Amino acid sequence: MLNLRRARRRPARRTPWIVSIYRTDTGKKYAMAISGVFLLLFVLGHMIGNLHVFEGAHGGTFRIDEYGEALRDLGEPLFPRTLVLWAFLRVPLMAAFLIHIHAAVALTRSNRAARETKYQSPRDYLAAGYASRTMRWSGVIVLLFLAWHLADLTIGVEAVNPEFVRGSVYHNLVSSLSRWPVWILYVAAQVALAFHIWHGAWSLFQSLGINNPRFNRFRRTFAHAFATVVVAGFLAVPAGVALGVVS
Amino acid sequence: MHLTLRVWRQDGPGVEGRFETYEAAGIHEDMSFLEMLDLVNERLVTGGRDPIAFDHDCREGICGSCGMMIDGRAHGPQGRTATCQLHMREFSDGDTIVIEPWRATSFPIVRDLVVDRGTFDRIIEAGGYISAPTGSAPEANLTPVPKETSDAAMDAAACIGCGACVAACPNGAAQLFTAAKVAHLNLLPQGQPERWMRVERMVETMEEYFGSCTNHGECEPACPKEISLDNIALMNRDYLLSKMRNRRLGGQR
Repeated sequence: MLNLRRARRRPARRTPWIVSIYRTDTGKKYAMAISGVFLLLFVLGHMIGNLHVFEGAHGGTFRIDEYGEALRDLGEPLFPRTLVLWAFLRVPLMAAFLIHIHAAVALTRSNRAARETKYQSPRDYLAAGYASRTMRWSGVIVLLFLAWHLADLTIGVEAVNPEFVRGSVYHNLVSSLSRWPVWILYVAAQVALAFHIWHGAWSLFQSLGINNPRFNRFRRTFAHAFATVVVAGFLAVPAGVALGVVS
Repeated sequence: MHLTLRVWRQDGPGVEGRFETYEAAGIHEDMSFLEMLDLVNERLVTGGRDPIAFDHDCREGICGSCGMMIDGRAHGPQGRTATCQLHMREFSDGDTIVIEPWRATSFPIVRDLVVDRGTFDRIIEAGGYISAPTGSAPEANLTPVPKETSDAAMDAAACIGCGACVAACPNGAAQLFTAAKVAHLNLLPQGQPERWMRVERMVETMEEYFGSCTNHGECEPACPKEISLDNIALMNRDYLLSKMRNRRLGGQR
C-alpha cells in the first residue's frame, strides 16, 4: 500500500553544496588553495607595508606609525574606526588560517592512513623537493611564529615584549628586534615562510585546476619569485635593525 | 656481474616481513631485471628454498603487472620504463640492490614483492568506461576529433595501471592513475555523455582508498608511460564542475 503521507513529504534537506565539497579530499585541496591565495595576498601586503620602516620619521611621527593608524582608520569617516580592519581583513584572515590548518590536518591524516607501513628502505626522490616534503613543518613553524608575532607586536604581551607601547610601531619593532634571540626567531620564521611559499604558490595552480600549456612553465617561476620577493622584503626589516639603518 | 640483492620477503598478507640478502653471481648486463630475478629464483629452487614471488606478464612494458621499488625508486633507476624493461646494464658490478614491494594501505602485500592492486579496478568500475550500445561500427568520420585532443587523450590512455604513481607518492595518492583514466575519456566526444558522472564517482572512489595530492610531482618521473601532471589539474577542474552540474541534475540519476 502506498504511503501517501510519506510520499508527499519533502525530501530530506541535502547537505549544502559547499559542505559536501569540503568533505572530500579534493574539496579540501580547493579550500587549501583558495585560503592560500588569500594568505599570500596578505603576506605580500604586509611586506609592502613594512617598507614604511625605511621612510623614517616625518614631522615628528614615524611613517610606519602613521601607516598603522591608517589601517585602523580604513573606511573613515564612513565606517567606525577599526570596523573595516576587523570585518574585511582580520576576521577573513583568521577564517583563512583556520580553514588552511583544518584542511592540512585532515589531509595529513588521510595521507598517513594511505600508507600505514612505510618503506623499509631509503627512498630516492626524483621530484619531491625539500620545500614540498617539509610543508607541514614549515607551516607549523610559521604558525608558532605567528603566535609570538601577535603577542610581541600586535597585542603587546608583557612577558613577550616588555617595552611595548600601543601605536608606536617603530619603537616596538626596534626594541623587539634588538634582542638577538628574537632577531634569530624572526629570521628563521621568514626562511620557513619562504620554503612554504616556494611550494605552495606553485601547488595552488594544480589544486585549482589552473593548467594551460601557454603559461604552465611560468607557474613554478611565479612561486619562486613570489617567495623570494616577499621574504626578501620581510628580511629587510631585521637586516635594517642589525645594520643600524633602523634604530 | 656480481650483485648483492636485499629483497623483501613476506610469507603472506598481514604477516611480518623482513629483508633477506642473496648473492647474485654471473649476471649478464643484457639481462632484464626480471630475468635476473628468474636466475636467482632458479638457484633458490635448486637449493631447495622458496623462490622470490613477483608479478610479471608481458615483459614488454605494456601490461602493468610488474613493479617494485628498486633502490628507493619505483621501477628502478631508469626513467620511462617498467621493471621488465629495466636492464642490468643500468647497474655496475658489486652493487647492492634493495628491492621492496609497493607500499600503500590499499595495495596489500600478497607475498614477497606481489601486491594486490584490486583497488585500481574499483576506481575503473566507478566510471572508467563508456556505455555504448552494441551494433555495427559507426561511420569513422561522423565524429571529428581535433588532432591535439586525440593526442592528449592518447597520451593519457597510455597508462598501464602499474601502480608506480601510488608507490612513488609520499602520500600514497592515486591521482595520476585516476586522472589519466578520467582525462582519456573526458577529452573525447565518446566520453561526454558520462563525463560528469565519471569524474565525480571515480574521484570519490579513489578517495576511499588513497591519499591526497600535495603536488610533489613524484609520480610523474616514476611513471613508465610518462603520464603528465597536467591530467591531475584537468581532473580537479572537472571534479569541481561535476559537483555543480550533478547537483543541478539532482535526483535525476
